[in-house]
Amino acid sequence: MHIPDGFLDPKTWIGCSVITAGVLGMAVKQTKEKLAEKQVPLIGVMAAFIFAAQMVNFPIIGGTSGHLVGGVLAAVLFGPFSASVIMTVILLIQCFLFNDGGVTALGANILNMGIITPFLGYVVYSALRNVGNVVASFVAAWVSVVAAAAACAAELAASGTSPLGVALPAMLFWHLFIGVGEGVITAAVIGYLVRAKSDLLAEIVKV
Amino acid sequence: MRKEIWIGLIVALIIAGLLSPFASPNPDGLEKVAETKGFIDKGEGKEVIHSPIPDYVIPGLAGKGVATAVAGIIGTLITFAAACAVSSIVKRSRNAARGKG
Repeated sequence: MHIPDGFLDPKTWIGCSVITAGVLGMAVKQTKEKLAEKQVPLIGVMAAFIFAAQMVNFPIIGGTSGHLVGGVLAAVLFGPFSASVIMTVILLIQCFLFNDGGVTALGANILNMGIITPFLGYVVYSALRNVGNVVASFVAAWVSVVAAAAACAAELAASGTSPLGVALPAMLFWHLFIGVGEGVITAAVIGYLVRAKSDLLAEIVKV
Repeated sequence: MRKEIWIGLIVALIIAGLLSPFASPNPDGLEKVAETKGFIDKGEGKEVIHSPIPDYVIPGLAGKGVATAVAGIIGTLITFAAACAVSSIVKRSRNAARGKG
């Protein structure tokens, strides 16, 4: 879902960048206040894992593929503010080193994948937590990808790249399926960690 | 450092180094929409910068699978280092602000 250069017009990418900068400012403030020192290498591992997993596109129907975004995985384990910082680091590296996502679209890509997915996912996960970690993380991850796809469609429409009536249903259609992959991977990792590494998770201060 | 850090990093490196060459080459959701709805050309040749490792393939390395695996391993290590550095700097800036150095 990484938007390349050329898809967004200046008003849209500048607008998205301003919103992103504001949220990231808050995220840095929050993590600065609350992050524990021993969490630093764990955050590194989380970022490395998400980066690696994002490279492995899985096939869905119709000759299309998807890959993990990872925003909900990071948010459930570390909290949404920390997750947005983790996702921003990944998206910066993907953009500048690997040409995955445009430089002008960076603010929009961080907004879609690094802010909307962890924050919305965290809300959904928290609401469903009583149902169980696995179900809650699956649903939260699925919702997060569908919402990010909708935001992406809105940005394309605002830029005059594709009308909302065209882009929105098309983006939603594919991401209903891609979201299932996101849900399966997120639920599998969280399910495993909750079962096998509960002592480690208990040490993490969620920010 | 806890052993989980090393295990986690090794898992990430295995995913990046061994699984990434087998990733589906099909377009992702957004690319598919751009192709079918006729705006994929809006992104052609619009790259603002030249990335050193475009599209996760090390240029000039023989064999796309190997070039992808090496790109994945490099990217995973850089991401680990960058995320550690960023969170550590954020942490330290608080300690400095409170006069704890």
